Amino acid sequence: MSTVDILFYPLSAFAIVSATMVLISKNPIHSVLWLILVFFAISGHYILLNAQFLAIVNIIVYAGAIMVLFLFVIMLMNIKKDAEPQKQLLVKLTGVIAGGSLLTLLIAVVKQTAQIQNKQVLLKEGTIGLIHPLGKALFSDYVIPFEISSVLFLSAMVGAVIIGKK
Amino acid sequence: MTILAFDWGLVIEKLILIAVVVFGSLGIALYTTFGERKVAAILQDRPGPNRAGPFGLLQPLADGIKLIMKEEIIPTAANKWLFILGPALAMTASLMTCAVIPWGSDIELFGRKIALQIADINIGILYVFAVVSMGVYGIMIGGWASNNKFSLMSSLRAASQAISYELAMGLALIALLMTTESLSLKTIVEQQVQGNWWNIVYQPLGFLLFFIAALAECNRTPFDLPEAENELNFGYHQEYSSMKLGFYLFAEYINMIMSSAIMASMYFGGYDLPFFDESTVAPNIAAMIGVGTLLIKIVLFIFLFMWIRWTIPRFRYDQLMNLGWKTMIPLALFNLLITGALILANL
Repeated sequence: MSTVDILFYPLSAFAIVSATMVLISKNPIHSVLWLILVFFAISGHYILLNAQFLAIVNIIVYAGAIMVLFLFVIMLMNIKKDAEPQKQLLVKLTGVIAGGSLLTLLIAVVKQTAQIQNKQVLLKEGTIGLIHPLGKALFSDYVIPFEISSVLFLSAMVGAVIIGKK
Repeated sequence: MTILAFDWGLVIEKLILIAVVVFGSLGIALYTTFGERKVAAILQDRPGPNRAGPFGLLQPLADGIKLIMKEEIIPTAANKWLFILGPALAMTASLMTCAVIPWGSDIELFGRKIALQIADINIGILYVFAVVSMGVYGIMIGGWASNNKFSLMSSLRAASQAISYELAMGLALIALLMTTESLSLKTIVEQQVQGNWWNIVYQPLGFLLFFIAALAECNRTPFDLPEAENELNFGYHQEYSSMKLGFYLFAEYINMIMSSAIMASMYFGGYDLPFFDESTVAPNIAAMIGVGTLLIKIVLFIFLFMWIRWTIPRFRYDQLMNLGWKTMIPLALFNLLITGALILANL
């Protein structure tokens, strides 16, 4: 076992336990806090791949900004655990079957993809996740998708402002 | 033991460094509370705390003992776990920042070259941002878990203030990063040590914006709306007593120290002593001089924070939001444009 293994398994266990806790927590505030822990665990995985930029942006954007908004909404709406609507057993069962089928399908697709078969994960020494290579790639090879997504963000911002003014 | 075949010297070295930095910051924070009361006293022309020990120097210890000895009260209607988690998070988040601050140049000890920085990571400044955005949770969770209207309103104020000023702070920083072309704090400081000028010369407007945003992020006057006593009783930590309250108050002082250290490192040369050539003395002595210089810069910034607190009254909430969104962000964008244009023109 290498250091990476020693870090990988606890991190994965941490991510899965936190993700389960998001689902089974009765209190929505607790769910949000567990979700923040999931993001931290995933950032830990990014750091194992030496994707430092992705790891820190994941924390800044998801754990730092989006989850604060979630907390805002839940705190202000004052959602209580008894106010949560209880679904019927049949509906729950359908959900489990549908979700399980999707999971199986996704795993099957990923396993059969020719591009990632017999490929090793680049641990620790990969430099693609550092800032300079990433910036070069984004502003040379992928400049058009990058600009288009920024236009998308701009339109989302304009939309939010317009909705907020009503 | 092939499992853990890594450099144990490095681990021990980093552990010692972490212990020194964390306890050092705690110690400085302790005396910052004393300094705050003394500065307030001087500005208001009164003696200030002078009873415990010579010149009142033992006052922080007396305050600490008092806080620990007080009865710990958790309100019945509060969410117990989150009530405890709040101050713990606030404290952790403010201490975590110290991981990327370079305290001095490398020293040599027992044949090892030791960097006086816990982690020199590729994304240095972004790490600081991530930790700063985590700091909001301590306040939000504490305010909500108290189950008190005033606490909740205050924590919402604190959170929206922090989010608004984080934007201006980030934009001010991007302009600096465009000139330094690196996010690593160590590299930024080294550039200033080797170059002739500190970054403040290139980014005066950026520094001003960053400083104002730092005031807001630390919840310091004139942006101490979350603690506005006359509107919200005491703010988000109203229901807290004993050392939990102490943690919240303490976290504010540690935030102040950390943001002073960051401003000193990014705009004022970090551990660079001006008009002094470090290569003329032994590396260890140069490093010690560097640490001393950085500490003096930090103390000066903290004094500036205090001076402002005891001089300027607090903003109204709408003024705070207007300043953040309608003045600071456009100015930061303007600064960004000017910097970009100057870099393009190769000036």
